[in-house]
Amino acid sequence: MSTTAVPDVAVAPVDEGFWTRTRKVGLVLVALGLLATVLFGALATDEPARFTFSEDAAGAALEINGTFGAILFGLLTLAAGGAMLAGLPKRWFIPLLAVGLVGFVLSFLCWQVSDAPTGQNFMPLVNIVRGTFLLALPLIFGALAGVLCERSGVVNVAIEGQLLMGAFSGALFGSISGSVWVGLVAAAVGGSFISLLLAVFSIRYLVDQVVMGIVLNLLALGITGFLYERLMQTDAARYNSAPRFSNWEIPLLSDIPVLGPALFRGNIFLYLALLLVLVIHIGLFRTRWGLRTRSVGEHPTAADTLGVKVLGLRYRNVIMAGAVAGIGGASYTLALFSFTKNMIGGKGFIALAALIFGRWSPTGALLAALFFGFADQLATYLGAINSIIPGQFLAMLPYLATILAVAGLVGRVRAPAADGKPYIKG
Amino acid sequence: MEPGEIHALLGENGAGKSTLMNVLYGLYQPDEGEILVDGKPLKLRGPSDAIAAGIGMVHQHFMLVPVFTVTENVMLGAEQVRGGVAGFLDRRRARREVAEVSQRYNLRVDPDAVIEDLPVGVQQRVEIVKALTRDVDLLILDEPTAVLTPQETEDLLIVMRSLKAAGKSIVFITHKLGEVKAIADRITVIRRGRTVGTASPEASRDELAALMVGRTVRLTVDKAPATPGEPVLEISGLVVDDERQCRAVDGVDLTVRAGEVLGIAGVQGNGQTELIEAIMGLRPVLAGTIALEGRPIDGWSTKKVLRAGVGYVPEDRSVDGLVKEFSVAENLVLDIYDRPPFGRGLSLRPDAITKSAAERIEQFDVRTSSAQAPVGTLSGGNQQKVIVARELSRPLKLFIAAQPTRGVDVGSIEFIHSQVIHERDIGTAVLVVSSELDEVIGLADRIAVMYRGRIIGIVGPDTPREEIGLLMAGITPDRDVPATGDGEAPAPDGPGSEDEKA
Repeated sequence: MSTTAVPDVAVAPVDEGFWTRTRKVGLVLVALGLLATVLFGALATDEPARFTFSEDAAGAALEINGTFGAILFGLLTLAAGGAMLAGLPKRWFIPLLAVGLVGFVLSFLCWQVSDAPTGQNFMPLVNIVRGTFLLALPLIFGALAGVLCERSGVVNVAIEGQLLMGAFSGALFGSISGSVWVGLVAAAVGGSFISLLLAVFSIRYLVDQVVMGIVLNLLALGITGFLYERLMQTDAARYNSAPRFSNWEIPLLSDIPVLGPALFRGNIFLYLALLLVLVIHIGLFRTRWGLRTRSVGEHPTAADTLGVKVLGLRYRNVIMAGAVAGIGGASYTLALFSFTKNMIGGKGFIALAALIFGRWSPTGALLAALFFGFADQLATYLGAINSIIPGQFLAMLPYLATILAVAGLVGRVRAPAADGKPYIKG
Repeated sequence: MEPGEIHALLGENGAGKSTLMNVLYGLYQPDEGEILVDGKPLKLRGPSDAIAAGIGMVHQHFMLVPVFTVTENVMLGAEQVRGGVAGFLDRRRARREVAEVSQRYNLRVDPDAVIEDLPVGVQQRVEIVKALTRDVDLLILDEPTAVLTPQETEDLLIVMRSLKAAGKSIVFITHKLGEVKAIADRITVIRRGRTVGTASPEASRDELAALMVGRTVRLTVDKAPATPGEPVLEISGLVVDDERQCRAVDGVDLTVRAGEVLGIAGVQGNGQTELIEAIMGLRPVLAGTIALEGRPIDGWSTKKVLRAGVGYVPEDRSVDGLVKEFSVAENLVLDIYDRPPFGRGLSLRPDAITKSAAERIEQFDVRTSSAQAPVGTLSGGNQQKVIVARELSRPLKLFIAAQPTRGVDVGSIEFIHSQVIHERDIGTAVLVVSSELDEVIGLADRIAVMYRGRIIGIVGPDTPREEIGLLMAGITPDRDVPATGDGEAPAPDGPGSEDEKA
């Protein structure tokens, strides 16, 4: 009972009565399915909706009658929701949820694409997938930086600053040296510099980590803004014209329809992001470093009594996190644009949301970042076809989803127990 | 220490037992002096040195990562790895090792269970497995029984005996005399940071207690016969659920009269906690009535109950009784801070609070550096005295004390007990709940035994312990109480075995 030192939660399964979480989600899906079937079905036109496997209207495509598609996929969502309501076992939850949501999105797209002005009722899938990844890229790096930091118990609100500093130093040193590789290393060092400050102040001087993170974001904004105006703008040719990584085509893989051109003709940052997700995932859950990192983030005192160097591990992870975010920042300046003031524009905070939505796991963070990227890309697409749905509304959806996720509607979201708590020995 | 010896380290709270052991485990550095292992001086720079020297420790607050599995917890810090620098964990091997050690010492630990799902007693065995897989020869157990039920304590003593049989030495830190006498080969008593004596387990409880506190203490409570008056608290047909919506209190009828102590005995988790919380307005009453001097109080807010003249010592002082970061003085007025003379309008009157605190500290013998010290810096016994002082400073009709002396040193126990009896003697109705049967027997004028949410018997304090023990196990003299499906399951154990070592 409540007198024991360790709370005995989860000893007995909670009897939720009829309205289990699965049934509640099922009800939501049924509502969405009805909405899609009726509303999207009624609004869609009898024009065909084409999903082309290329960047324009040409080439092979999947084609479906707009009204038929909207109703069909709406019914799919309805069926998934119905199955949940009927009380299918728990292991079906995730697949059914996925089917339901995908059905809803497809029904929506059938309506939108078929309703587009004549000649524009197609959706170029390659563009959509590529755009999704491109927009998600800084989020993936940022969220991974969050994973590294927070799994070891240090809250990383300074992702924004780390991205920005990485973008800046990548641009500056890339320009000066004329080498993308020097730029890449400089970006990692720049990001680590911000996180080193975070580490020193939060680990050594026990400053509140959230406050420290916010201050560091402002510091990064200030430094880069100042140097941009005083240095880069005075001689852009010398200081702000970094060379860019070209796209690398991966043989064989790049021939896969849709995914090939979208994913395997990208630049180094795309490959690096995917590789890092894999490496950090394996690292966290399969290696000694990962076990120790997680233990330090959950119960540092326990780790200490077993001879794990808590503070050293935290320093290392926080600094690594900065390097990862720094490289993420360089994915702008060493591949896409030259540096401008405040060019990250809040993506670091969105990465933080992706971290939480992805439940502090590398793969979760990847999926969350892609989800955010997709919504962003879709908003752009809808703008292009003059949809009646305002793009801003779609752009808002990811954050609404994050709030719902954090509120615990999509299952228990639990931060590492010692996240944000400084460790004081003894 | 000798191989295969169980050495008990006995001392009051704050005597320096845990500090000594933390030095031995390398967590703290000694200012002076040295540690000898096999005759050689040992320098410990950290826990890893201690582990290397064959010293393992089970801390008072478990050092387990709640979201990890048993195997992960055991591996941590001593991981078996493959793959060179990458350091891939060899889970299979670690798992096998856990299963093996668990088997060999009969610890019954599932390597794949997640810690937070395990009961406290099992978590403790995981800690022991953790130490054993590191090949320790000397195992330090810091207050291992403080968080255990009597049955789990019994299990632990069996484990300790089997470790001893396997040649491991054990340092057993505690302040419970009964356990020491049951298991120790040698006893060292510590007081205020010094060794004040060694004793053999044959020494009497009184002798040991005297060594611990430096004077003779009374282990039995001296009291005059009670002179019960009018009923103060009347409970009838009370039904209360716990937080999992399981029936915790299942039709309790109880009367406490002015000037008597009613003790509630029972194995923990039989509805005592919920009963008390229902009286205090902390938990909804589903059926039945609670009346204070004839007035129904169920449905009242806790504040209203307190203001009606009920004093309450909650069972877990660190969670419910005190605000650890607040000063002793502030904690002493938590209940009446908004009343004159301590508060007026929107403001507090610090001078009045300080003045009253000084009086309480004096009167209740609270050992603190100052009234402004955060209460969290006090020892357990003194924290408890702060709560008792606060609650007894108001005129009371009913005084409820749940586990009034849990984790409290012998000297403070004696003091708190005398305060409880004093409260009774001035005509207050007193309700004491304790999982320590000795305490209930010592304090109570009548003993109600609770089992699966029901009062299954009310007996006098001179009833033999064995009979009360049987009642606690649900066995009444004439019949077995049928197991009700919706009741809280007590520790799964044989009848009558719960209380002997309490």
